[in-house]
Amino acid sequence: MRSILIVIGTLLVLAAVAMPLVWSDEDREAWLEYGRVSTGVALLSSPVYKEECGSCHMAYPPGLLPTATWQKIMSGLENHFGDNAELDNETQTKITEFLVSNSANQSNYRRSRRFAAVDDKSEASMRISETPYFIHEHDEIPSRLVTGNREVTSFSNCNACHRKAEQASFRERDILIPGHGKWDD
Amino acid sequence: MKTTYLFILLFTGLATGNVAAETSTINELLNLYKQQGAATPNAQAGQRLWHKTFTGTVPFTERSCTSCHGDDLKRVGKHVKTNKIIKPMAPSVNPGRLSKTSKVEKWFKRNCKWTLDRECTATEKANILVYLKQL
Repeated sequence: MRSILIVIGTLLVLAAVAMPLVWSDEDREAWLEYGRVSTGVALLSSPVYKEECGSCHMAYPPGLLPTATWQKIMSGLENHFGDNAELDNETQTKITEFLVSNSANQSNYRRSRRFAAVDDKSEASMRISETPYFIHEHDEIPSRLVTGNREVTSFSNCNACHRKAEQASFRERDILIPGHGKWDD
Repeated sequence: MKTTYLFILLFTGLATGNVAAETSTINELLNLYKQQGAATPNAQAGQRLWHKTFTGTVPFTERSCTSCHGDDLKRVGKHVKTNKIIKPMAPSVNPGRLSKTSKVEKWFKRNCKWTLDRECTATEKANILVYLKQL
């Protein structure tokens, strides 16, 4: 019995060692890609996006909203959630292109697929925090930890609790709610 | 020894180059505002406007430049809505300020519209610019 276990064990170890050698580069790329895809949304940066949008708020990863919503937001910058965020035409076009070409609809990342699943475009909210998937993910969090929390104040401050939000990681283990601690679902 | 001199020359060259660039941006803007009909810039008037309170819509019924930039321009401010930290406005502590024409004009446009509910006049912009540059 014992010798059978040893044989099986040795085979498993050999298989693990040999896998990268047997695998083609394509397999390996697919595996790496899957590893990233499973983490949530794509980490993408654009200097102009970071400069223009990121000076007032976190530069939200484009994979958090569907194409139609980004277009709606970018066409009404004079009244941007109560603030004026006007841009010159060239910059506006550049940023819109960046957001639209990397929107949730264009992404294979796990969470982006969920954010893209909004069919009723006319009813789509312009706020990430009002999308069905966002609400689904946050509906168990008591408001005292967010709106009632001086260090958070709003669901729009992703990085107040999602400490790696700016690296596009929204994993549960990276959550640290100020004054509360880790979040356990 | 020779190289030390060269380095000193190089660094003074770079340093004065930077200062010159910033001054030239401010002068460029002041010239532009003058062409647009601005009166002689007045730093005190700029200071008064900077601290003046304007009426706005809910939830920010009282609006001023200080709403986001804070009272001490040598220290960081905080965006009144998003809480994002805004770097100090005073060029003495934040040399990048007032160093790019298009940036100054962009923020004047956005922020005057939010704070005053209209664009600032050329005179107002010139006044604020001369107030800020001496800080």
